Amino acid sequence: MKYSILLLFVCLSGWTSVAQDCKSILLGEISDFHDNTPLYGASITVTGKNQQTLSNQEGKFRFENLCDGVLELEISHPECISKFVTIVINGDSFKKILLEHHLEELDEVKVTGVIKNTTTSAQEGHLSLSEVEKYSGNSLGDALKSLAGVSTLNTGANIVKPVIQGLMGSRVLILNNNVRMQDMEWGEEHAPNVDINTNQDISVVKGAAALEYGGDAIGGVIIMNPLPIVRTDSLFGKTQTNLFSNGRGGNITTTLTKSYSSGLYMKGQASFKRLGDLEAPDYLLSNTGIAEKGVALSVGKRGFLQGWEAYYSYFDSEIGILRASHIGNVDDLIQSINSQQPNVINDFTYAIQSPYQEVTHHLGKLNYYRRFEGLGKWTMQYDFQNNQRLEYDIRVGNDADKASLDLSLTTHSITTGFQFDSKDGLQVKTGLLGRYQNNFANPDTGVRRLIPDYDKIDLGVFSVAEYRLKENLILDAGVRYDFSRIDAKKFYRTSRWEERGYDEDFADIIIEDLGTQLLTNPIFDFHNISATSGLQYDMKKETKLRFNYALAQRAPNPSELFSDGLHHSAARIELGDLRIKSETSSKISLSLEKNSADWGYTISPYFNAINEFIILEPTGVEFTIRGAFPVWTYRQTNAHLLGVDVSAYYNWTPKLRTDHKFSWVKGTDVSTDIPLINMPPANFNNSISYRNPKLKNLVLGLESMYVFEQQRFPDNIFVFSPEQQQEVELDINTPPAAYHLVALDAETSYSIGHRNDLKIGLRVTNLFNTNYRDYLNRLRYFVDDLGRNISLRIIYNY
Amino acid sequence: MQLFNIKNYVALLTVGLLTLSCSNDDDPEAVDEEEVITTMTIELESAGNVVTLQTRDLDGDGPDAPVITVGNLAANTTYTGSIELLNETETPADNITLEVAEEDDEHQFFFDASGTVTNVTYNDEDGDGNPIGLSFTLTTGDPGPGTIRVTLRHEPKKPNDGTLADAGGETDISQSFNVVVE
Repeated sequence: MKYSILLLFVCLSGWTSVAQDCKSILLGEISDFHDNTPLYGASITVTGKNQQTLSNQEGKFRFENLCDGVLELEISHPECISKFVTIVINGDSFKKILLEHHLEELDEVKVTGVIKNTTTSAQEGHLSLSEVEKYSGNSLGDALKSLAGVSTLNTGANIVKPVIQGLMGSRVLILNNNVRMQDMEWGEEHAPNVDINTNQDISVVKGAAALEYGGDAIGGVIIMNPLPIVRTDSLFGKTQTNLFSNGRGGNITTTLTKSYSSGLYMKGQASFKRLGDLEAPDYLLSNTGIAEKGVALSVGKRGFLQGWEAYYSYFDSEIGILRASHIGNVDDLIQSINSQQPNVINDFTYAIQSPYQEVTHHLGKLNYYRRFEGLGKWTMQYDFQNNQRLEYDIRVGNDADKASLDLSLTTHSITTGFQFDSKDGLQVKTGLLGRYQNNFANPDTGVRRLIPDYDKIDLGVFSVAEYRLKENLILDAGVRYDFSRIDAKKFYRTSRWEERGYDEDFADIIIEDLGTQLLTNPIFDFHNISATSGLQYDMKKETKLRFNYALAQRAPNPSELFSDGLHHSAARIELGDLRIKSETSSKISLSLEKNSADWGYTISPYFNAINEFIILEPTGVEFTIRGAFPVWTYRQTNAHLLGVDVSAYYNWTPKLRTDHKFSWVKGTDVSTDIPLINMPPANFNNSISYRNPKLKNLVLGLESMYVFEQQRFPDNIFVFSPEQQQEVELDINTPPAAYHLVALDAETSYSIGHRNDLKIGLRVTNLFNTNYRDYLNRLRYFVDDLGRNISLRIIYNY
Repeated sequence: MQLFNIKNYVALLTVGLLTLSCSNDDDPEAVDEEEVITTMTIELESAGNVVTLQTRDLDGDGPDAPVITVGNLAANTTYTGSIELLNETETPADNITLEVAEEDDEHQFFFDASGTVTNVTYNDEDGDGNPIGLSFTLTTGDPGPGTIRVTLRHEPKKPNDGTLADAGGETDISQSFNVVVE
């Protein structure tokens, strides 16, 4: 970069011939005032003349045939406040112009196609708006799956948990408009309670490098931000609707934004979704409907010096759980696995019956920031969340309509931070967090609590720094400390208390003996340290190398500590352990990236060594009067995860492009040298797209997804079957076969009031109606996965 | 400037946390499982003699396995059988038999006899004329070992062909009794 400027100078100065009148050339370069990065797409106008141009990828622009003398240029950039610059032209000239590029306050307008990463050195992925629009009728996890290294753990098609490089649940943080979601992420059948249509700027940091959001993101961080609001007087809206053949329903979402040039804005968004029973290629998946509604409102003012925002969102989802997956005992499970056919198939219906779950999430946020001249930016935020989870099982008599699980999780957080960015090349961010959380398990369910009542306090402090050592080398480092205390009141069955050996280790926490049950008061403190360090090296034009090391510690979640009882819908007994300690991850990741107009690639290998890795796996059976049930127990071990994500694209012609992605991860319990359970199998995705702007902006795409068979899995367990009166192998860990799915996508845009304001897309997934089962779908024992789905999407901007 | 700010944060945080952490310290209320069946008692009666088969699991889905008691049966005898279901986690024990009888169209017992237990037939039916199994007849053969497996299904397909596979539904009870016919 620097060289090219130098070269320019050399060229220019070599050009000593006396310029004739109005034959001068002005070369210029526009870069960001703070970090000197070139600004692409800035418009430069010679005031009073009809000459205008745009800066190119390197931030350069050029005017020819200028007259010598004084000129005034107006430079404007979508992310910056317009600037007027006066220059004296005397022969061919060069001018470097710095723009105040801090209009990210008006929210990072990502015009350039160059996406600013959250961290400097970690592996990251970003979803384009058109991808988000493609998945507007699906869930967050479905959309994220299009990124290399992200897979999902499903309970059917509607409960989708993102898995980042083999890790999920509490190891993956979700930042929803800068609020860390507290939505009982600990359960395998608990999907994130977010509407993908609310905050559509979605990116993923793989691993724990984004320390400012939390120190326990061993898997990674999913960041969902609102799309930028342009600081002009305007009122605009967007409505998208998607219709699905599979499920015979669809969704609709609308956003209205009113903005003022003063920086004030108001925004409202609402979504509604309704699907009936879904279909596998050969049969109907009874009771797999979904009903979702969401509302988000925000009002704020963003200026350069200061700004604030008040935000509220509500999300409610009611999701049917496959009827055939509700089983009685281990014999039913054996029977389901062996028959490979669902035991209940009813006629199509929109009705959602038991078993189902209904989850409501309220999120409120207030924030304020102020910039101090010559120092940096101070931010302050308070947020409130309430997550209410109701799970309904098939019950009899008076309890038929009563929930079996009724949890209410309330969280208050205060965060504050200061970003020192006045020194060129050095940026330091430091912050504090205080959080109080209360969980209430309603006893009116008449079912023993799986998760107890608890209070939890978190305190955190962090500091991260980024330093530009050389023009092409940036170093980053950070450290964070988190304290958390969990204070629970939990009932244990006396028999369980003794079976777990708690009567010896935890006798002092019993506060009441009720005969068959004990009321206990476990209080645990956790001190966690996390740290990260890395570099970003611009090797040559368009090629970057990133290296990162991240150390992260995560305190056990309530499920890992306290879980105790029969999960009716899963027909398994889940047991936590009071002795579980924090787990510690050390991860090294490397990323080699090339991005040019013609082609590009990213190769990202990583190695993650986790000490005291908390794992849930089948360990045996327990007998009850209803038969035998598999027992899943949490335990700690040392684990290694080794993997690589590769992606590449190639523009064969301006109209034809192919994309290729491959991810592979190998997880091993190194204490026993046994493969880890639920590791995503390798997958290989390829797509080809044809784009013709002249033909109504036609985009045609053909996507292929090949998922390999997972060859590495722990052994099955042997259980005594009361029905067969003998020990039988419970085929619970064997992964299903590899599969290949093909999808088709077509999109065109039309102009009604404005340019290309109407977009219509048609998408067919599982084009050949292939029968398949996925290893990471918890319903794979019972039914095939989804069959063909034809969907239509209509997007209207106004 | 910076110091002043940090002081401010701490003050704000402290105030915030103090206001927020005013949780109530009341102990949660214990839950007694309502619809659990802890005990199934089968009484087999023939000419005044009563033989009892019982399975009893007082800790429900806790770690303890059910305790099974089995009486010996007489050879070549026809018994009249009846079943009683209890939830003994509650005091007094809740009689679940009544619930099953009330919702008899949604329940059915299945009997799987082998060895010296030669036959089991239903003695009762629901409003639609389909069997329930709270009352039944059991026949024994010559002396020797035998097995009787009793399964209670909730919401089975009714009528069905008498097999568990065809009936479907949820298993409320599944218990095998190894008996001796003498």
